[in-house]
Amino acid sequence: MLQLAGVSAGYGSFQALFDVSLDVGAGEAVGVIGPNGAGKTTLMRVISGMLPVRAGRIDLEGRALAGMPAHRVIGEGIAHVPENRRLFPGLTVEENLRMGAYIPSARQHVRERLEWVYELFPRLKERRDQIAGTLSGGEQQMCAIGRALMSKPKILLMDEPSAGLAPLVVQQVFGLVRRIREEGFTVLIVEQNVQQVLEVVDRAYLLEVGRIRLSGSAEELKNNDFVRQAYMGI
Amino acid sequence: MMTIRWPLALLFAVLLLLPLGLQDYLLHMAIQILIWGFVYTGWSVMGRFGQVSLGHGAFLGVGAYTTALLWNNFGLVPWIGIPIGVAFAVLLALVIGYPCFRLKVVGHYFALVTLALSQVVLLSIVAARDITGGSLGMTPNSVGQSSWLALQFTSKMHWYFVALAVWAFGLWVWVKVDRGMGRAAMEAVSEDETAAAAVGINVTREKLRVTVISAAMTAFGGALFGQYQMYLNPETLSGIGVSLQIVFAAIAGGMYSLLGPTVGALLTIALTEGLRIGFGTTLIGAANTIYGILLILFIIFMPRGITGFFGAWTKRRAATAAATT
Repeated sequence: MLQLAGVSAGYGSFQALFDVSLDVGAGEAVGVIGPNGAGKTTLMRVISGMLPVRAGRIDLEGRALAGMPAHRVIGEGIAHVPENRRLFPGLTVEENLRMGAYIPSARQHVRERLEWVYELFPRLKERRDQIAGTLSGGEQQMCAIGRALMSKPKILLMDEPSAGLAPLVVQQVFGLVRRIREEGFTVLIVEQNVQQVLEVVDRAYLLEVGRIRLSGSAEELKNNDFVRQAYMGI
Repeated sequence: MMTIRWPLALLFAVLLLLPLGLQDYLLHMAIQILIWGFVYTGWSVMGRFGQVSLGHGAFLGVGAYTTALLWNNFGLVPWIGIPIGVAFAVLLALVIGYPCFRLKVVGHYFALVTLALSQVVLLSIVAARDITGGSLGMTPNSVGQSSWLALQFTSKMHWYFVALAVWAFGLWVWVKVDRGMGRAAMEAVSEDETAAAAVGINVTREKLRVTVISAAMTAFGGALFGQYQMYLNPETLSGIGVSLQIVFAAIAGGMYSLLGPTVGALLTIALTEGLRIGFGTTLIGAANTIYGILLILFIIFMPRGITGFFGAWTKRRAATAAATT
């Protein structure tokens, strides 16, 4: 469904991604794991069009995305849950969700999508009139995911959903990811929390200093000695 | 909606009948309040979304001088001159806005860019003294009588209704922006540009849109003010002084409500006139000092301006009244 071939990108004279290739099949959940500074967030930003591609191809169902501005990439069916949630802190939960359906193709379906997101996350319905900035961390993540789902994307990009959350809340957030998977969504998730993420994805790639170092099924990576030593501390 | 419409209709009725009972001096005040109220409303179209421009004097000057110069030198009537002046202001807004928004020059940095812009326009007008009259200012050629074609009127009554119509048009634009989808987008942008981009908002385009609307209104107001005064001065129509006065009035009046900027105009003009009558020429420059002090007080104690403050106050009172009954 989503294919990256030989993608390079960076900031100014600093190159953050070197020749990255990966693919995500329809209905699959794929993880990209790696330490701080590996280029995980850069990878997300490149796919969602927030950062230009220097070289390589990005295709979604055969349509080229490289070079498309961010506001059009979303129209193609890619929704991005940015790092640190990035809610609109002064708007209510419902206003945040509505903003998720901003793109023209989603606008006329706001009502039904809203019902659907509320059904998926009843907690958001309880909090619909609350100012988003006053939600707890886990609820904010839920709201950010809900907002991304409002555009009814083909694929959901999640950037470090566990970042900055308490361990118990991290568990809840991964529970949400599992729920979304069960709904049949295709998910590409970037995470430092290797142990947790390998529990919810089918396959994963290991990104180190801008290059894909390893890839395989979640099972394989969980049992890989290098991954176990370097990232799980076992 | 009914709750808002009735007072507004009443206000318009009063404003339509008002000039009948006013002497020329008060009419002059009313005209200035309406024209400046229009300009301040124009500023708040972008200011309310956190796009703080300290350089709207630039657009004011471009609108006013273009109109007057085209009239004096080429005999082009304001009906053509004003649209051209507005077009120049829009072009200027695009030339400054596009690179700023693309390169994410935001907040204080954007404010500084606009501050420089207002000064550049002021200096350009002064430098081109051969055609603009420099710091001495210029006078549009008078036709000696009231003329719709030349947009010159000997009677204040005419001007009052012209200003009233333009001011009402400004309110209409404000409401249009307020109710449109662009408002949601701009609110999102002002909260977090990255998040706004992530939900598919074309951040640069939305910011340009409000900037262009705001610049166009300001240029229009500037041209109208020049026509009304029949005298253009670079200091009153461009530069930092008037730019900051615009910011002060919009913030003090309340940039988040429809009539806030107009209340700001009422306040600034009452203040300037009060100082002029009370102290004559002994306190030249006092107005700016007082604006400065008041601005600080407003930002601390009434960040939503006078209208915002009283809006919240009446709401609170209604809530307590409802709670006690």
